[in-house]
Amino acid sequence: MSIVKSEPLNTREALTERLGAWVDRHLPAVFLSPTVAFLILMMAFPIVFTLWLAFQNWIGGIAPAEFVGLENFRQLIFEDPRFWDALGHTFSFTALAVGAQVVIGVGVAHLLHREFVGRGIARSVFLLPMIATPVAVALVWRLMFQPDLGILNDILASLGFAGLDWTASQASVIPALALVDTWEWTSFIALIVLAGLSALPEWPYEAALVDGANGWQTFWHVTLPMVRPVIIVAAVFRLIEALKTFDLILVVTGGGPGFASETMNVYAYRLGFQYQRLGYSAALLIVFFLIILGITALLLRFRKTSS
Amino acid sequence: MRTFLFYLTLALVLTPFLFVFAYMVTTSLKSPLDITSPDFKVLFTPTLDNYRKVFAENEFLRFGINSAVIATGSTAIALLLGAPAAYAIAHRHMPLFAVAILSSRITPGITFLIPWFIIFSRLGWVDTYRSLILAHLLINLPLAIWMLISYFEDVSPELIDAARVDGATSQRTFWSIVLPLTRGGIAATAILAFIFSWNNFMFSVVLALNTTKTLPVAVFNFMSYGNLEWGPITAAATIMTLPVVVLALLVQKQIVNGLSVRIDV
Repeated sequence: MSIVKSEPLNTREALTERLGAWVDRHLPAVFLSPTVAFLILMMAFPIVFTLWLAFQNWIGGIAPAEFVGLENFRQLIFEDPRFWDALGHTFSFTALAVGAQVVIGVGVAHLLHREFVGRGIARSVFLLPMIATPVAVALVWRLMFQPDLGILNDILASLGFAGLDWTASQASVIPALALVDTWEWTSFIALIVLAGLSALPEWPYEAALVDGANGWQTFWHVTLPMVRPVIIVAAVFRLIEALKTFDLILVVTGGGPGFASETMNVYAYRLGFQYQRLGYSAALLIVFFLIILGITALLLRFRKTSS
Repeated sequence: MRTFLFYLTLALVLTPFLFVFAYMVTTSLKSPLDITSPDFKVLFTPTLDNYRKVFAENEFLRFGINSAVIATGSTAIALLLGAPAAYAIAHRHMPLFAVAILSSRITPGITFLIPWFIIFSRLGWVDTYRSLILAHLLINLPLAIWMLISYFEDVSPELIDAARVDGATSQRTFWSIVLPLTRGGIAATAILAFIFSWNNFMFSVVLALNTTKTLPVAVFNFMSYGNLEWGPITAAATIMTLPVVVLALLVQKQIVNGLSVRIDV
């Protein structure tokens, strides 16, 4: 307040200037603090809360939570077959989906990596599955999978094949869901690899040409090793997302038939919001998080040693 | 011949991608009888009945407004907080932020949802716009920071130094030089953030009840009431998808960048 008294005429200007100079000196702190506050409140705090919750028995969130130590983890690992099933479904879904996406995606990138009329339009079409609302996409596939009503079996019949059960049978539900994920996300791999291909140098191709390599040999021995780091990064992005797939599975099958397509994320959702076993769900989420982290770290190490 | 083979392969690859959309739109234009007929009808008389039904039997417009309010709100706040943050990070190595952005992608969303739900319930915030906007910010803020950093890094450091020599404060430089120069990138970031929020299902299905129900949750609920009326469902899916398809075509080049995140921290 002393400043106000000593400079009564232009206090406002002086204050603004002093504030401006202060902001200027501490710009990173000023510019970052709202974001840091948000991240602490909405991200760090919930994570700490979940860690605490994992050691509590808390059902419904109304009666007070009760500390149970490692009991939730013990039950999860030793007494809950549904957890192990969910883990298996998560892994098989992810392996099938990401595997197919990498193979087809690299093929598509190779196909698009040349000048042709309509390249822009083709690119736009490939973008559509990734940005279309996932719930809408999942609903349409749910209709297509219907054994009688859906079009997939009509197509098979017109080609002379017998109809499939798709999501109606326990045996084929995971591959069917992986098919939808592949439809949705192959373009992601394709477009990242396409960008990688455009950045490749010319000379190895000239050398291959001189050595008389054919198209397939050039692709396998020249192109593929050079874009491998890009492919691995793209695959890791997809892997993280595929492990956490939620919308697609909840909408197309709801985890069924029975629990045949219940993945970790869907089981955690059920535990938390339908059975209201908050502590148990938190324990499962921590195990799930560690699995995702482990796989990501492992693959990235693989990329580092290979490149 | 080679060209012909190339275009044939291209057409074969593109067909499944387009087919699903074509199937969605054509089904939405069919009468119930044409949809349930045992053989697939390629030729049919199109009708808008399904669209009329969607708007007549539900408060579909209100769900659309909810989606738009939440997406606009979370996009605006993401830019408001994210642009200064990205400016502070650009040209500087801040591994802590890279880790925060990465964690928001790796951690399963439900991990956040359970604590949020407990806290929002205590505060009476469940089923309010503010809880949904805060939740969607967890996706949009890291996305905005991540994308804006790359645009801000493209502004030449000489230009920023020149402004400083002329006596401009850092905030002045940010406001009068950096922001106007990166308008295009900011617009692309806003559009992508809007799409991500519009498409979000997991956070909304838990936090939105009747008043703030968004389109994906509403359309999902049509289905869970047991009576599967595919005409109105596909009509609703078409209406929901149309705005994001139009927006996405505006920012094609930035989409892949927005969907990726730097993982080699």
